[in-house]
Amino acid sequence: MDLNLDAPHSMGTTIIGVTYNGGVVLGADSRTSTGMYVANRASDKITQLTDNVYVCRSGSAADSQVVSDYVRYFLHQHTIQLGQPATVKVSANLIRMLAYNNKNMLQTGLIVGGWDKYEGGKIYGIPLGGTVVEQPFAIGGSGSSYLYGFFDQAWKENMTKEEAEQLVVKAVSLAIARDGASGGVVRTVIINSEGVTRNFYPGDKLQLWHEELEPQNSLLDILNAAGPEPMAM
Amino acid sequence: LVQFTIPIDNGDALKNAEADSQRTLYPYVTGTSIVAIKYKDGVLMASDMGGSYGSTLRYKNIERVKAIGKHSLLGASGEISDFQEILRYLDELVLNDNMWDDGNSLGPKEVHNYLTRVMYNRRNKFNPLWNTLVLGGVKNGESYLGMVSMIGVSFEDNHVATGFGNHLARPILRDEWRADLSFEDGVKLLEKCMRVLLYRDRSAINKLQIAKITEEGVTVSQPYSLKTFWEFQAFHNPTAGAQGSW
Repeated sequence: MDLNLDAPHSMGTTIIGVTYNGGVVLGADSRTSTGMYVANRASDKITQLTDNVYVCRSGSAADSQVVSDYVRYFLHQHTIQLGQPATVKVSANLIRMLAYNNKNMLQTGLIVGGWDKYEGGKIYGIPLGGTVVEQPFAIGGSGSSYLYGFFDQAWKENMTKEEAEQLVVKAVSLAIARDGASGGVVRTVIINSEGVTRNFYPGDKLQLWHEELEPQNSLLDILNAAGPEPMAM
Repeated sequence: LVQFTIPIDNGDALKNAEADSQRTLYPYVTGTSIVAIKYKDGVLMASDMGGSYGSTLRYKNIERVKAIGKHSLLGASGEISDFQEILRYLDELVLNDNMWDDGNSLGPKEVHNYLTRVMYNRRNKFNPLWNTLVLGGVKNGESYLGMVSMIGVSFEDNHVATGFGNHLARPILRDEWRADLSFEDGVKLLEKCMRVLLYRDRSAINKLQIAKITEEGVTVSQPYSLKTFWEFQAFHNPTAGAQGSW
């Protein structure tokens, strides 16, 4: 039950990528932990690879950062040589190349999402081992365990941009409620033909779930507000 | 036919192989920090209401602070089932105390001493109760606040904390605690500690109770949530100027 500040930084995490009619919405929590200590309560786990392709990172913070950096570097060169924006599929396959060939050493699960003119909005899940799986939606990280049932029920094809983003925010928020390794704020990134939008949903603005209570400034406010005895024996 | 039965009621886990399967190897459902302070009129104790199951925040309505007799308050972190067992032991203790019907009642000092013996003896048998306990109380105008760990380490102080509270709350308390704290200031001080724990302890949940004990008796507050702050500019777009991933 100790802090163990020497434990590797890991993004317990909840990450999500969802396609909608026109693009993709990527979402993530913001907690990075070292053992049981929250090293960063406002991390940004949705990282840019190119203007039109982003990646959600989970697992080892170090491994996911270094893999993203290599792929950003390769994609930069690839874009110059190609003379036009890289496709989401190429980005995903570059990540796969690193994840698969270093599978014994890496511990990171990634979700690649973006928009290109050939295929539109696409999501690729790349779990441990380096499998690439194109999916209409993908979930990952430790918090995703709590979302399989939720998505089985709530996911629909051809959602609008607003519906898709609301689904992502709701899902990350539900995972944060139950996964100790996820927490903080919900960040989303929406990518479509028009460009990229970043959004930020602080912890106290999210919907309340089962057994969660409305936040107060202090117990003193409750005691002063209520009439008869609010404290029970 | 001859049947052998090996008695295991000695519970001596080290010598007896079958008793071995009975000892606690690791905790399952755990509660996180307790933070407690002495104040002007007695003792204040705060805890959240979470019961974690590994990294899952499984139970969100567990009361980890309970009244003991008329004069004491017991808070526990660690394995919840062991805490429930300790409450049963204390029930028995209080019952026997009442049966004497002699006008005396167990004070916090006595309860703390009893718990210390229980915890230390279990530790010596390699079968600990996996808890860190906080015992606070008031008797005959004197406030008392002490702590016992799962290995039997026991002491008294003006302010105590368990688990993560040791690392995050105690520095705040060392800086800001005073002997003549009013109820309001005491609550605010505890809330300051609990908010930091909420930000930085993975197993903390945003639902807490603050319990108060004075000469008059025990009161445990209704469960409530604390507001949290996320609107630092730095939090909005931390990677805006990033060269790469960070």
